[in-house]
Amino acid sequence: MSPRPGFVLEVDRSTPPTLYWHGERFRLERLPEGSRVIYAPEPIDPLEDPSAAIRRALQSPLGDKDPLPALLRAGMKLTIAFDDISLPLPPMERPDIRQLVIEQVLDMAAEAGVDDVELIVALALHRRMTEPELRHALGDRIYDAFAPNGLLTQHDAEDPDALVHLGQTDHGEDVEINKRAAESDLLVYVNINLVAMDGGHKSVATGLASYKSLRHHHNPQTMRQSRSFMDQHHSELHTSNWRMGRLIADSGVNVFQIETNLNNDAFPPAFSFLQKREWEWSVKDRLAYLGVSKALDRTPAKYARQIFHSVKAPHRMTAVQAGEVEAVHAVTTDNVWRQQGVTVDGQTDILSMGLPYISPYNVNSILNPILVACLGLGYFFNMYRGKPLVREGGVVIMSHPTPWEFNPVHHPSYIDFFEQVLSETTDPIEVAKGFEESFATDPWYIHLYRTGHAYHGVHPFYMWYWCAHALQHLGGVIIVGGDPAAVHRLGFRVASTMADALEMAQDIVGPSPTLTHVHTPPILMSDVQ
Amino acid sequence: MTTNFGSSRSLLKPRAVRADAALGTNRSRAIGAVKRLSPTDIASRAGNRRFPLAAPSWPESVPRPAPEHRLGVDYDTDWSRKYPVRLVRAMLLDNVTRPLARLIADPLVRGDEYLATLDAPVIFAANHTSHVDTPLLMSCLPLRFRHRTVVAAAADYFFDRRWKSDLFAFSLGAIPIERNKVNRRSAQLAADLVEDGWNLIIFPEGGRSPDGWGQLYRGGAAYLSVRTGRPVVPVHLQGTGNVLPKGGRGIRRTRTTVTFGTPLLPDEGEDARRFGARIESAVATLADEATTDWWTARRRAVAGTTPRLQGPDVAPWRRSWALPKATSATPNPNADVDGTGWPRRTGTRSQ
Repeated sequence: MSPRPGFVLEVDRSTPPTLYWHGERFRLERLPEGSRVIYAPEPIDPLEDPSAAIRRALQSPLGDKDPLPALLRAGMKLTIAFDDISLPLPPMERPDIRQLVIEQVLDMAAEAGVDDVELIVALALHRRMTEPELRHALGDRIYDAFAPNGLLTQHDAEDPDALVHLGQTDHGEDVEINKRAAESDLLVYVNINLVAMDGGHKSVATGLASYKSLRHHHNPQTMRQSRSFMDQHHSELHTSNWRMGRLIADSGVNVFQIETNLNNDAFPPAFSFLQKREWEWSVKDRLAYLGVSKALDRTPAKYARQIFHSVKAPHRMTAVQAGEVEAVHAVTTDNVWRQQGVTVDGQTDILSMGLPYISPYNVNSILNPILVACLGLGYFFNMYRGKPLVREGGVVIMSHPTPWEFNPVHHPSYIDFFEQVLSETTDPIEVAKGFEESFATDPWYIHLYRTGHAYHGVHPFYMWYWCAHALQHLGGVIIVGGDPAAVHRLGFRVASTMADALEMAQDIVGPSPTLTHVHTPPILMSDVQ
Repeated sequence: MTTNFGSSRSLLKPRAVRADAALGTNRSRAIGAVKRLSPTDIASRAGNRRFPLAAPSWPESVPRPAPEHRLGVDYDTDWSRKYPVRLVRAMLLDNVTRPLARLIADPLVRGDEYLATLDAPVIFAANHTSHVDTPLLMSCLPLRFRHRTVVAAAADYFFDRRWKSDLFAFSLGAIPIERNKVNRRSAQLAADLVEDGWNLIIFPEGGRSPDGWGQLYRGGAAYLSVRTGRPVVPVHLQGTGNVLPKGGRGIRRTRTTVTFGTPLLPDEGEDARRFGARIESAVATLADEATTDWWTARRRAVAGTTPRLQGPDVAPWRRSWALPKATSATPNPNADVDGTGWPRRTGTRSQ
């Protein structure tokens, strides 16, 4: 049977309670009759032979590009850049797609006699990956061949010697990217496309860029004009990146883009109930849910988090395409929509969502309050095309414990941002004006970013800017089950139950509201008509 | 921040939920239009509170996929009429069910002499107040009927799960009957079995009484008799509602009475509806007989003053008040009326 497309359910009295993520826990909520629940399409069938598909893609590129073997020659300088730990979510079971693709690229390079090869993690201002994380992404064979020789590096956006300024776009945007990548004869970028925002020119123009370059599109004004940043054609974030990408190409940087699509099979069989529609839960699913949820309820959050972060997703590759950046990305985006798209009729007054334990920025770490806001208002809110799922002036209800808890190794600047900045203002514009510069240039944060495993000092600002469109659009945000102090610091309201949250939401949207719930996992994109 | 209630309202479209997505087709994506929640909706909470301990219910707007196993009226009961299964069932009925029925319900059987000269197959049409009715009635059937009898059982109740279907087909020889609508398959199955020589127990009320009084009779028994030409034996079971009433949690030892009536055949040209009314009236007379005596019941029947099976049309508490009182199952010194052992029988009754 072919996988079923997405589905919008109208809740009636026979609808079983709906599953909500709640951080490292789950909740079953009995929604009011007449509510809508949006379910994602089922995982589409993976490629039968991923290695053969990769080889075909490299030999038959899209757009104005020669096959990869034809681009490789002895004596050339080859750089292979790839996406960092933020993709995919959760991290996939071995072998990771990056390993499968890069091994084939290296095989071709070896056949062509290319000696000067370097691998770069395109982490922009994200934290550096640890050795186990790199081994997981690349496999031991690649890691052992390149890392000991210093040929596996992590992009350093604060190393002036490792950056090159390629110029300014016609909008005055500085384009400063990784020097090794820019000066190579060929830059192969290996991407994993989990959401429509990823890939395209954003891979190089953001992943290998410096703060000087990123600040042109990572700001509140751009984010407010990205409606949404999951919809490339209506996203100022992408428009800016595309301008930069074209300038990079015009500067002579030869980018061979390889993009991959995954299906949305995000959790192993023990958690299969997460991805099922509740009325289809079998006895096994119900037992699994009861076992897992009861065990988690009795497990301290710290250990529950460790358990979840040890979960590897059985994602499988559904497509791979290579060649010229824009031609490749057009196909990739279509594939993302094919897997995640659900057509939804009309906006809603109240949008509810259960937030999980993980976002792109806390793999093997804590989903701190800022990341909770970013996940709900930055990501889930923006998973639309056309118009937001919730109407202007509407309310978002999120379910998450939102603990006042930070990982000091990964998110040191987040702690200060939360304590010092959000206590002053939650307005993204004011935040940017008053505080961004000092955090972005703080030598201690830069030191931790360059030498440790810390996100850049400016990163919490970007997470807050990610929420800028939602904050401007919404009439209120309510977090069910959140830590009151942390939630109030974010400028949101807290409710102890969904029923309370609905009562509070009606104070904002008025009586007789409409309610829509986005059922995750897996992630989905709403095409709002 | 802005608030704009008007913008979304203008976007609303007529409510429509395309449920095709639930069935695994890869057609167009489902679309669910937004619906405003009334205060009643907001106060409501959908779904079973006991989920996931209890099985999930199925949303009304989502069509169910074809069941993996054929259940309900589609359940195949042929296996339960194979000789080895019948043998085990007969042993179970004679050695377990009958002693248990005697212990718990202590039935007094009246009118079974009508069955002595009756040729099988026949259709037994009884009133229905308890799950005890079927095993009790089977226990009280004469031997030549007892082990070649099937029971018409509600397809939506006894055949909605695989394990229930197997259990009741095996233990009672149950066959699935659609009770909520006309179903060609279940009617055909019952008629085929009767024509094939199987006796049939059927409860024309379609389900157990919710309050101890009878319900309106449906036409199944009459239809089968008209179609097959086989007689209907009206049966009245009294007291089983006190043993295990509908919704009751435990079994209570109580004396019961099983009264067989005169076999009925449809008259020339009589249709199923009129014949059904005659069956209902015959059972009502037997009910009267169970609480009075045969002669009184006959006189009332002739005079048209037999109490209705459905009880008085008054307030619920008065209906409950008017029910015949339960009779204790403590040993009755007069139980063995004719001295022939169990079940207790009243002996030959003059016509």
